[in-house]
Amino acid sequence: MLRWALSVLVFLMPTFAAADENFIILQSTTSTQNSGLFTAILPKFEHETGIEVRVVAVGTGQALRNARNGDGDALLVHSKADEEQFVEDGFGIARSDVMYNDFVVVGPSADLANVSDGKSVEDAFSAILGANAKFISRGDDSGTHKAEMRLWALSGYGPTSHSGQWYIETGSGMGATLNMASALGGYTLTDRATWIAFANKGDLKILFEGDAHMFNQYGVIVLNPAVHPAVKSYEAGLFSEWLLGAKGQAEIAEYKVDGQQLFFPNAISR
Amino acid sequence: MTDFGDSLQLAMGLILSGDESLWAIVFLSLKVSLTAVAIAGLIGMPFGAFLAVMRFPGRGALVVVVNALMGLPPVVVGLSVYLMLSASGPFGVLQLLYTPSAMIVAQVLLVLPIVAALSRQVVEELYGEYREQFLSLGVAGLRTIPTLLWEGRFGLMTALLAGVGRAIAEVGAVMIVGGNINHVTRVMTTTIALETSKGDLGMALALGVVLIVLAISINAAMSLAARSSARYAYA
Amino acid sequence: MRDIGHDFLAQSLGKVIPLRPSLPEMTLKGVQYRASNQVQIDIPSLSISGRGISVILGPNGAGKSLLIRLMHGLISPHAGQVTYEGLPVSGKGRARQAMVFQKPVLLRRSVAANLKFALKFGDTPKSQFDDRIGALLELSGLADKKNQAARSLSGGEEQCLALACALARSPKILFLDEPTSSLDPNATHRIEAILHHASVLGVRIVMVSHSMAQAERLADEVLFISGGKLRDRLKVKEFFNGPTSLEAHTFLSGRLVP
Repeated sequence: MLRWALSVLVFLMPTFAAADENFIILQSTTSTQNSGLFTAILPKFEHETGIEVRVVAVGTGQALRNARNGDGDALLVHSKADEEQFVEDGFGIARSDVMYNDFVVVGPSADLANVSDGKSVEDAFSAILGANAKFISRGDDSGTHKAEMRLWALSGYGPTSHSGQWYIETGSGMGATLNMASALGGYTLTDRATWIAFANKGDLKILFEGDAHMFNQYGVIVLNPAVHPAVKSYEAGLFSEWLLGAKGQAEIAEYKVDGQQLFFPNAISR
Repeated sequence: MTDFGDSLQLAMGLILSGDESLWAIVFLSLKVSLTAVAIAGLIGMPFGAFLAVMRFPGRGALVVVVNALMGLPPVVVGLSVYLMLSASGPFGVLQLLYTPSAMIVAQVLLVLPIVAALSRQVVEELYGEYREQFLSLGVAGLRTIPTLLWEGRFGLMTALLAGVGRAIAEVGAVMIVGGNINHVTRVMTTTIALETSKGDLGMALALGVVLIVLAISINAAMSLAARSSARYAYA
Repeated sequence: MRDIGHDFLAQSLGKVIPLRPSLPEMTLKGVQYRASNQVQIDIPSLSISGRGISVILGPNGAGKSLLIRLMHGLISPHAGQVTYEGLPVSGKGRARQAMVFQKPVLLRRSVAANLKFALKFGDTPKSQFDDRIGALLELSGLADKKNQAARSLSGGEEQCLALACALARSPKILFLDEPTSSLDPNATHRIEAILHHASVLGVRIVMVSHSMAQAERLADEVLFISGGKLRDRLKVKEFFNGPTSLEAHTFLSGRLVP
């Protein structure tokens, strides 16, 4: 029986070796992954350069923490202030704008809080507050969550004191949060890309959009090998170049779901 | 509204169509979990037998601890292994993070207490039966362990199956240390989590059905193997 | 089981039991064993040596099983010493002994594998294993069942196998704890025949028996135990004609001993 066990292990050994393959690890967010963008554009990069991009999709907070620990080679998130802090703290070489889309407020089609009548995002959020309508928050320090908190601040109100009553903090990704909004008939803030690709919309609809404050910027960072020598900064640099260059930007623009473009490239042209 | 019937149909379709990406995920799940259980078995069964047979100060406390560790939360194990294997962790140089090997390490830690505790139980009962006879024959202490392990092979198989069940069904540990990377570390449970977060509940449920069918198949296969070798034993 | 000629038995045994120049000596001195705060065994002095079959008789709860386990070193006395050829039985002294239990304890393997296991922990060289196993299979009448699962044998066959495993170690002294109490006459007869021949070849036999008739058939001497004490030790004929202790008298006449 021991012989059998050993032969199984020997058989499986070759599949354990990862060091020879040509790949980088990209720490990114669940919203970007769930939109399907990576599945569409990363194979193009691999085809051109032979470098496989392995995406670890977690919340923005976790992605930044992982990157600080050196468990990755590049970072693609949507929380500009945190990204700039990350570079300032020395963990990243530089940060660049890659693409943008926007956030939207979704909610039940009956819209009892009359969010859709709002003229500005402050109106929308005040309406939710005034009606004590159920609002589902990410509650996880993600890019979306931080955007949400900024918008509450604009309307002059902090909802966390009502946590557990009409303000529900899931501490989860966008998908889980949307699932809950769908199930409970609540309102939530989501990025448009995730929303378009989301398959469980149920009775939810976009009720408010378009305010300038709901702009959602994505940035890419190459990790600094001075802090973690094992970082593959050369390959990660190639990826960043590609993403910011004409080819990558075109691929981003071409990605559509149901005929709608989800991300709008806005890298500074070189 | 997600219909269970629709999901069942979807599941059957997935299984029968031989969808390549699905089978790649199934194969990875099996590879990770079965390897983890094999390693946990190689360590846990002799250790459990050791606990059953030997007497030493602190043995009672150790038995309690091993039993308690059966309830280790997978996400806690995942987090701990991540901190170990992270580039800023003590074993970062091994570059195991976000590979199937890291997932195997995490699952070994999860499965080991189960295999050890159940092995101890099986061997202890057998030891009670054989103790006087072994003593009379001059088989004592550590030398009894290989014999008892072979004698108890059917009970030990159940212990291993319990380990397989735990490993193949958990998502917390493999998600954190594996990263759910497409084509690299994505297994059945993390795929189900992903589909759920994309709102594709029908697909998630269908994959769940596939996972259950997988678990049943493993159990059935091991039972058949046991029965065919039962010729040489008394049930 | 096949009916077997006694010559054949003796022959098979002869292949397993070598001629011995020395005969065993077992001594108990001041031995006491306690359980549940009561003295269960109290034997100031007892010595077993030379040849022959000693049968231990006594009422239920007299301590016969305890006594035989003390002699074999399976349990330790709370006071006193049990030695075998000068060595304490709990250590090396157990090397030349073997025991057959009331209910046979066999491994979940084939008949032949059980015999091999018993041989492994003795000092027979590996090259002789096959010969020995062959002889033991003949002895126990299980040659045609050697690949059968040991636990699927009948009660009598299992006990014959257990006895063969005990003899596999070429013991100088063989203990048995009521070996035939649940067996049919056929199996009992075979076991008794094997024991008789083993004794002839020089194996010292100490056996707890449930049956006075068995003692009369097999024993050279009787040790009568009651209340944890040795009340009588007599040659078998003397014991059944008229033992010296009151307890033995009562036992023989079939009344309960207090």
